[in-house]
Formats: sequence, structure tokens, C-alpha cells
Amino acid sequence: MQVQLSHPARTVEVKGPKKVKELLRELNLVVEAHLVIKGDDLVTEDEMLYDGDQIEIRPVISGGSPRFTPHVSRLTSQE
Amino acid sequence: MNCTKCKTKAVIGLPRHNAAFCKGCFNGFVHDQVARAIKSEKMFGKEDRILVAVSGGKDSLALWDILLKLGYRTDGLYVDLGIGSYSEQSHAKVTKFAEAVAASHGAALHLHTVEQEAGAGIKELAQLIHRPTCSTCGTIKRYQFNRVAIEQHYDVMATGHNLDDEAARLLGNVLHWQEEYLDKQGPSLPASVAGFAKKVKPLYRLSERELAAYAVLNRIDYIVEECPMAKGSKMLQYKEVLNRLETESPGTKQTFYWGFLEKQSKKQPTETTMTEKDRAVLHPCTSCSQPTTAGVCSYCKMMARAKTVVPR
Repeated sequence: MQVQLSHPARTVEVKGPKKVKELLRELNLVVEAHLVIKGDDLVTEDEMLYDGDQIEIRPVISGGSPRFTPHVSRLTSQE
Repeated sequence: MNCTKCKTKAVIGLPRHNAAFCKGCFNGFVHDQVARAIKSEKMFGKEDRILVAVSGGKDSLALWDILLKLGYRTDGLYVDLGIGSYSEQSHAKVTKFAEAVAASHGAALHLHTVEQEAGAGIKELAQLIHRPTCSTCGTIKRYQFNRVAIEQHYDVMATGHNLDDEAARLLGNVLHWQEEYLDKQGPSLPASVAGFAKKVKPLYRLSERELAAYAVLNRIDYIVEECPMAKGSKMLQYKEVLNRLETESPGTKQTFYWGFLEKQSKKQPTETTMTEKDRAVLHPCTSCSQPTTAGVCSYCKMMARAKTVVPR
């Protein structure tokens, strides 16, 4: 199956069949930080994936503002 | 895996709730979590006008979508940071959502462009005034969101901060023992002094993964790429650590952050205390009138510095 990854964008070929959670483990990806999309559909960790499936593994983490660090000015902020 | 509620095929499993949902039941779950957050933290009512800070990312667009579907009176505000193609793409996503979804609910989109006021995008501006990019960005966004909320007479400003954002921020504050920041880590901050808008975080009960799933399932077209300025940030590192813990021990993030909120609520009547503290130290900026602890606020100082160093 073709697996599309992000950060950086790339495509890898993975041999099926295997479950979503096995695919994530094989690619050393944490379940809580990713969604797995087959075609246009979101799939759960126990879904079986087969050769020929188009898979996207989408990272869900975003943001980077270091709002807790002391050098961040709070002069005009309530945060 | 079948839906816990209706027993049809599930599209997402939620280990921290020991549940799985189909699309319809998952949307119901998400809307219910936001409704619970709004009610329990007394964020706003159906009569209030809400300004939603939108970035083009999954969280803020999901928030706007959810509030519109729950029947709240919302408009959006997008701050164009001028980060090359990243800002162009995120601006396009916000505009698309505003036109395709929000407009049909009668909602409008406000726009502030950093380059128009500062003479440079956020990256160049930060370099020229010798400040970290994320810090410069934070100062500008907080200032502009508050300014528009006050000037346009919104009752409250809502941001898309989620459970992961708040848990990671709490972890950072605790690791560095920055106790002075803990008082302001609640999901509802009052308009403590004139010139400050009330600020709320209606997504604090939902994880990043749940919000990304909501966006995918509801065909919300958001920018998947992370901000190029955020690469390697401490916040991302803390989120990764928390997600490893969450995968091994579901519920870790909510136990950490919600537990903190519960302890805070028992410790002190935060709203009164926070308001009293703010009133004691804040007064209007001599340049723009927004509340500040100094004579001139950090935003006005930044813009004054920009005028002297940014080539026009």
C-alpha cells in the first residue's frame, strides 16, 4: 500500500495486509499524535489495510508559541 | 470497532473515554464537550457577540464551525503574519471557510495584516527588532485580537486552544516552576480591567487528535503544515512527551490539566483575585490605551522600534 506522510511530505510503500495500529507501530508513530485516513475515510486502529489501499497518516500536533517562558511579555496580555 | 452509542461502524476510537464513535455520534460528542465547557466555565450566552480568532488551522476553524452550529453569534478575526507561502495558504483556508460556511450563518471575517502596520512580516520584524519570532508573534496576535474585540464591541474573544495546548503549557510552567503564570491558565479569563476583552477557550475539553478528526470528518479544509517558525519549539516537545504518555496511559492529559483546574478552583476564588490583581498593576498605555503594567505597552514599544529600523 502507498502511505502518504507529512513533516516532511513523502510517500512510502508498505506491505499489507496489516492493521492500522501495526502500520503506525512499524513506522514508529504514536497513535495519539496521528490520524489514519484510507481514501477519504477516517479509520480506527483495528481496521485492516491491504495492498492497493491509498493511506494518509496525518499528524495532528500544531502550535509553537512558548507562552510559559518568562521573556514573553505580558504587558498587554491576560495570558 | 463499533460505535459505543449506535453500534454502527466506528470511525474513531477514544481510549481516554473508553469509547468509539461513528461520524454522527462523534459530532454529537464534540458539540456536547464544547457546550459543557461553555456552561461550566460561564463563557458566554446565546445573546453575546463572540469574536473567534482564526488561523487557518484545524482548531480555530473547528471552533468557529462548532459555535456556528451550536447557534452562537460569532465573527472571525484572521491576523496575516506575513510568513511567505504559509500565511498565503492559511489566509486562503480561512477565506474559503468564511465564504463557504460562516457567511451562510451571517458571520463576518475581520482581517489584520501585520505587514501593513509594521512594514514587514513577522519573521523579518523579529530579526530587525532582535526578539524571538514566537514572542513577537504572540505579542502582536494578543494585542490585535484584544483591540478588535474592544473596538468592535464584542462581548468575548474565543481562541482554539485545546486540551493538548493547555496540558503542554501547564507542563512547561510546572517544569520551570513559573507559578505566577498558573493563575491565568484557566479556560475563561474575565475582562478584569477596562480595555481588556473577556477571553475563553471552549475547546479545552477536546484533544488535538479529536479536533483534527472533527475537521476531517466535516470536510473542513485546514492547513496541515505546522508553522515554519514553530519547528523545534519547547511546546511541540512537551506535546510529544504527553502524547507518548497518553498512548500508554489514556486519560493522562485530561487528568493533568483538568485536575489542575479543579485544584485551582478549590484553592481560591480566581475571578475576584485575578481581577483585583490586574486592577492593582494595570493602567492604560499612554500611546494606545490598552492596559499595561508599563507606561507604554510592549506592542507600542515594538511598533515604535519597527518604525526606526524597518526600511520603508
